[in-house]
Amino acid sequence: MTNPTITQPPILEARSISHYYGGTAALTDVSITIQPGQIHCVLGDNGAGKSTLIKILSGLLQPTAGQLRLDGQPVVFTNPRAALDAGIATVYQDLATVPLMPVWRNFFLGRELTRGRGPARRLDRPAMRQIVRRQLADLGLNLRDVDQPIGTLSGGERQCVAIARAIDGGARALILDEPTAALGVKQSEVVLRYIRRARDRGLGLILITHNPQHAWPVGDRFLLLNHGQLVDDRTKNDVTVAELATLMAGGVIHLSDSPGESLTVEAGDL
Amino acid sequence: MVFFALVSPTFFTIDGAGVWLESASTFGIMAVAVALLMIGGEFDLSAGVMTGFTALIVGLLTTHYGVNIWVATVIALFAALAVGALNGLIVVRTGLPSFIVTLATFFVLQGVDLAVTKLIIGQVTIQGFSRVPGYDTIQPLFGSSAPIGEHGHLYISVAWWIAVTTVGWWVLTQTRPGNWIYAVGGDPEASRAQGVPVRATKVGLFMTTAAAGWLVGMISLYRTSTVQATTGVGQEFIYIICAVVGGCLLTGGFGSVIGASLGALIYGMTFQGITFARWDTNWLMAFLGVMLLGAVFVNYSIRRRVTA
Ligand SMILES: Nc1ncnc2c1ncn2[C@@H]1O[C@H](COP(=O)(O)OP(=O)(O)O)[C@@H](O)[C@H]1O
Ligand SMILES: [Mg+2]
Repeated sequence: MTNPTITQPPILEARSISHYYGGTAALTDVSITIQPGQIHCVLGDNGAGKSTLIKILSGLLQPTAGQLRLDGQPVVFTNPRAALDAGIATVYQDLATVPLMPVWRNFFLGRELTRGRGPARRLDRPAMRQIVRRQLADLGLNLRDVDQPIGTLSGGERQCVAIARAIDGGARALILDEPTAALGVKQSEVVLRYIRRARDRGLGLILITHNPQHAWPVGDRFLLLNHGQLVDDRTKNDVTVAELATLMAGGVIHLSDSPGESLTVEAGDL
Repeated sequence: MVFFALVSPTFFTIDGAGVWLESASTFGIMAVAVALLMIGGEFDLSAGVMTGFTALIVGLLTTHYGVNIWVATVIALFAALAVGALNGLIVVRTGLPSFIVTLATFFVLQGVDLAVTKLIIGQVTIQGFSRVPGYDTIQPLFGSSAPIGEHGHLYISVAWWIAVTTVGWWVLTQTRPGNWIYAVGGDPEASRAQGVPVRATKVGLFMTTAAAGWLVGMISLYRTSTVQATTGVGQEFIYIICAVVGGCLLTGGFGSVIGASLGALIYGMTFQGITFARWDTNWLMAFLGVMLLGAVFVNYSIRRRVTA
């Protein structure tokens, strides 16, 4: 396990970010860091501003106010490509996979490996298949057949492929948008284990979720977002899963000691 | 096919094969390009008139304006690429369905073909094309044939067809752009998120289809030495049907070049088979409709199995 008290310099840091859509504030004065070897969880209900925050960190949106710092230096991500080139990858909820295409074609989409030169330059299928198998196995996913259309995989498997793809693409920081929202209990466990392995390999992760039961076991630090504002910021040591659930509900609903009864994976939330 | 062979003994002779191969070749060239475009998630309803459009450009430039025949042929290619690029740019910039955008192009080209041709030469058929200087230097490239069988001909268009199919297959299955074609047709948003040049891929596909239209335009122009202002009108759906029969999904993201080529072969054989059998050729349309429906049905159920 990593120790959140030994902090390495952050990969990416967002300082006092605010964002307005027209006149309405979606984010107000939010600060967050991505640390190598740590999972920072962002928790918040629908409309809290989670997606807006992701879009800013991944270069899809420019913040109205505030600053991004990459390895300590101020940076402006004018588009997702710029963030990717800096090693900041985002796995969106829709996973950005093409269902009818084979797993290996999806895995290397946009960065296909080739061999040969000139007109004989062609896809290096054997190499790509092998790398896909190895990368997935390294993180604990063994696929029978990397030639099957990715649409035939389960939601959890697809999520793992998307994460492995981002890592293989050179990511040192990963932003995961509700990776377990559409999954059942078992599949969620597979994905969470996968995420933990990525962390153990030294990646910095941001896990967006509104499920405290998913966040707590894997997270090193928990940021609670409500109406665009950071309302709480806890490390693993000073919060329990029950408290997290209470905080998420705005501290209004008091939960019993077994929050699993009242909070389950909200499969319907997309 | 067996049926046609029985009804007409010449159907499966070498002479007969020359006839249906010739017929299949031009449809095959177009079906390959249209299949690539469909896999990329788009349609081109102007693909048919493009064949007439390019042939008319060459015909008018050479017979009426005295332009060198090679130069005119190249000008026609650039005109086709320009129209293809325009189709593509309008589609990717506006996000309008390509069905509508290219339907508009179809009408514009059809109107221009007729109006401009009439305006310039006062009629709708180019004549005297084979007397244009240099005709003999370029004609073999698109219109020559070798004698086969007893009285049959094997046209050079069949070689073009094989070449286009081979290149199309190579690009689609073996290259990075091929991967992008599948991807942009399957899910353009996901493709963009993965850094695939979605717009360039789509525009490239429209230009490829237009270039194929040019090639087929040249083949028919140099084989018959004449062109009418209505050439190609109505053919666009046949290309789409060949592609669908060959396994392309109407919704994009799935299909094959070889399949589209075989679809064109089936079409060519059926078309000529009906002629050989001395049936009313209108039966062809009925047959096409049935074939299309059957193919769509099969494709749809395959897709359902994959994405269930
Ligand atoms: N494109 C947009 N235009 C206007 N308002 C938006 C837009 N996207 C989000 N919002 C608003 O910003 C707030 C935060 O949204 P969002 O970041 O999507 O929250 P979350 O992902 O936590 O559900 C919401 O009130 C939402 O209605
Ligand atoms: Mg959201």
